[in-house]
Amino acid sequence: MAERPDIAVLTPYARSLGVSLEHWDDGVPVVRVEFSDAVLGRPGALHGGAISGLLETAGYGVLRAELARTGREAALKPINITVQFLRSGKQRPSFARGRIIKLGRRTANLAVEAYQDDPAKPIATAVINVMLADRDCET
Amino acid sequence: MSAPGQAFDPAQAAPFLLARAHNGWLGLRYHAHGEDWVELELPWREDLLGEDGRDVLASGPIVSLMDMASGLSIWQRTQTFRAVATMDLRVDYTRPAKERASVFGRAQCYRATRSAFFVRGFAHDGNRDDPVAHIQAVFMNIDARTVALPAGGADRG
Repeated sequence: MAERPDIAVLTPYARSLGVSLEHWDDGVPVVRVEFSDAVLGRPGALHGGAISGLLETAGYGVLRAELARTGREAALKPINITVQFLRSGKQRPSFARGRIIKLGRRTANLAVEAYQDDPAKPIATAVINVMLADRDCET
Repeated sequence: MSAPGQAFDPAQAAPFLLARAHNGWLGLRYHAHGEDWVELELPWREDLLGEDGRDVLASGPIVSLMDMASGLSIWQRTQTFRAVATMDLRVDYTRPAKERASVFGRAQCYRATRSAFFVRGFAHDGNRDDPVAHIQAVFMNIDARTVALPAGGADRG
């Protein structure tokens, strides 16, 4: 397995938000965001929108990595995202890691978890559906 | 941001609520409101793109836009500025936003109970009849004055 596939995990939006690639874990990108003013919601707590951005980055990252590993080329179009907010995000770094639940010919279903100190205590989870379109025939 | 006893006015509160932190970083602006809804504007910005080489807004900022519009719609409907936490939020992206276009997010608090607020809404890029996304969300009342604080929950600015 390509441990570090040659893919762009971070979109311009993710980079602007301060998201970085923490490390690769068995071919899966783990992404990280520092606590900063750009991700601050209520005083002292992470903004739900910023957590969603981190979750989305991890979700699309694991999908792009798998497509690269299997030599597939596809344009990714978001269908939807459902985020569950479970715990308040504190003033410390946050991480997210995605998992491919199903990768089909036309769609992919992803599950993503965001956490701070303990991966077993997620601060938020997301389910993401993505449309896979051929690069040549944009629909 | 009203003093106790005063009515909540989204047009007046928005500049204060949107000036700082994540909302300020995004550049969210007040656009319009009604009895139980509020519409905000997310101006197009070069560094919020979802893909290198395409001038289309990422989907992440739309979550932030709708989350904040939802909070304002709750305060507008209930005429009370209080701490609320997003429990869950679903966004269906019905089509890509136009290149280099502002995205407007309108959220409506269609049901409010003592402990929960139910919100639906949509985002569009100029034409309300042709939305770029639809949302559905539930928020919890975490105001210590009315209910006991739950163990957690995402926070808003």
